[in-house]
Amino acid sequence: MTDPSSMTTGATGTTAPDAGAGADDAVAASGSGKPSSLWGDARKRLVRSPVFMLSLLYLLVVTSMAVAPKLWTRQDPFDCSISLSRQPPTDGHPFGYNLLGCDYYAHAIYGARPSLSIALVATAAVVLIGGTIGLLSGFFGGWLDAILSRITDIFLSLPFLLGALVVLAMVSARNIWTVALALIVLGWTTIARIMRGSVIEARNLDYVQAARALGATNGRIMFRHILPNTIAPVLVYATIMLGSFVAAEATLTYLGVGLQPPAASWGVMINMHQVYFDTDPWLLFFPVGLLVGTVLSFILAGDALRDALDPKLQ
Amino acid sequence: MGRYVVRRLLQFIPTVLGAIFLLHYLTSLGIQMTGNPARAIFGDRRPSEAQLQAMSESLGLGDKCLERVGDPCIGLYFDRLSDIFLRFDLGMNFTRRPVTDIIADGLSYTVKIVIIAIIFEILVGITAGVLAGLRSGNFVDYLVKISTVLVISVPVFVLGFLVRDMFLVNVGNSVRSSGNFPDWFAYGLMSPVYKPDYPWASLIIPGLVLGSISLATTARLTRTSILENVRADYVRTGRAKGLSEKRVIGVHTLRNSLIPVVTYLGIDFGALMGGAVVTEGIFGVPGIGREIFRAIAQQQPSVVVGITTALVLVFLVVNLLVDILYAVLDPRIRYD
Repeated sequence: MTDPSSMTTGATGTTAPDAGAGADDAVAASGSGKPSSLWGDARKRLVRSPVFMLSLLYLLVVTSMAVAPKLWTRQDPFDCSISLSRQPPTDGHPFGYNLLGCDYYAHAIYGARPSLSIALVATAAVVLIGGTIGLLSGFFGGWLDAILSRITDIFLSLPFLLGALVVLAMVSARNIWTVALALIVLGWTTIARIMRGSVIEARNLDYVQAARALGATNGRIMFRHILPNTIAPVLVYATIMLGSFVAAEATLTYLGVGLQPPAASWGVMINMHQVYFDTDPWLLFFPVGLLVGTVLSFILAGDALRDALDPKLQ
Repeated sequence: MGRYVVRRLLQFIPTVLGAIFLLHYLTSLGIQMTGNPARAIFGDRRPSEAQLQAMSESLGLGDKCLERVGDPCIGLYFDRLSDIFLRFDLGMNFTRRPVTDIIADGLSYTVKIVIIAIIFEILVGITAGVLAGLRSGNFVDYLVKISTVLVISVPVFVLGFLVRDMFLVNVGNSVRSSGNFPDWFAYGLMSPVYKPDYPWASLIIPGLVLGSISLATTARLTRTSILENVRADYVRTGRAKGLSEKRVIGVHTLRNSLIPVVTYLGIDFGALMGGAVVTEGIFGVPGIGREIFRAIAQQQPSVVVGITTALVLVFLVVNLLVDILYAVLDPRIRYD
């Protein structure tokens, strides 16, 4: 799983409802006595879904590691002693020590931040860029759509991992921003496609015609009427994408073009210790476990979100 | 259909030119921002201005536009186009070996590993998807659903080295020491690295690992597609006029359900080539992917870009063929 586009299955299946309200109106309408709305129903379904709640719980734990690592450990991950190199887990050091003799548990906790920051920065940028391009090309159509779609095609012709390798092989600075940049350059196309599809579907619906007849400007129609009703499939895909970007960061780091050792991401931990798998397998189990758990949670949460938002199932 | 094919062919040309421009621009931007890669050849020695100039010229990096950040280097772009299409020249590495030679040496291994991966995906992925789709909601369906999510969330490099170190080394060692198994199995199939003596057997496991990247997506796509088609009118009509279940599902439903899967397999080809970089690196297969892996480690961006250009061209041609095949499979597609 190194290519986010390999996970689009069904993400495009979510269609926007033909409600005439914006997202905030829709959420407000879910109160008692009023007709239920897409987002209100979705919230009820999500709260009742154990898979979603468990993934959410796991993600909250991992996010708290990234935001406030001191909550989880008082050890300094860079307080190392080489004489403790690769010592197995003991009391007070549940994950043992890494190659450089640093406390491995502290490393695993602090490793959440770079991994999640890259995924979050890249996903936010991808949703913004891809969403805007998709919205413009779906809404205006014509020559603008032709040009933007051709540009999307050209970016799609670079396979994800190969393209990211080229971008990163070219820059010598390897930090959170350059890795995120590589993911953004290659990742925005799928969001643009999904957005364009659902905007084209919504563009000719009655409520848009009504707004136009009332004299609403293009900007108002796009942001107040179309966007709230087309954002659902994009959010579903963005959730899944967060997971795939966490995995992509680890893969790029493994290939040697991602983060470099003074940084402590899970990818760096896996890369640094993979040769010791035979003798000290626990050095790999902890970062791999955290990584796979995070990716899995994002995918399951995205799946549950899609099921909850799909009006066809209701 | 003829018009569709012609139109698709005409669209193909600007996409190829655009893709090469994109690669070219990313490369130029990288050089403009981080400096001349020719310096890397000199290591920690400081070359004289004339030496550096000569080396840059010979590597095709001498153009002044590579010093202006943001300059799209249009002149270089056209040079590169004529190099690629008129002279089949994709550049060379620092020891002056042409990239086309490197590709020619590794091609057969990568083709084999990708073929194994695709066969695996089609056999296992489509079968699992069909079984899950026909019996939606029962045990098989949940089994396929859970296992596909699990496979999706393990990055391929993790899966690769787990399979190599846990299965091929540990289990493989006991298989090899027991001596009860034929050589092709113990020393070929179960070998943790590629063995030239067993050119197919020792590529099977790396191929399966590579195929597992998209196995889950193939299965899920087939399942969704089958679920949609099973309720279609033509299926009901088929049953009503007394066709056997085998024919309704095996011929009518399957043919219509596989259309999106075929398209996906075309797109997936790109993911497989990217994944080959990882799997070939892990299992020591001397294919194109490992050459990219090695070029990154040795910091030879020209090789990375050269090989990637070739792979992107292959990817585009494969997708063109898939799109044309798509029109053959589904006569409803006209796109006029």
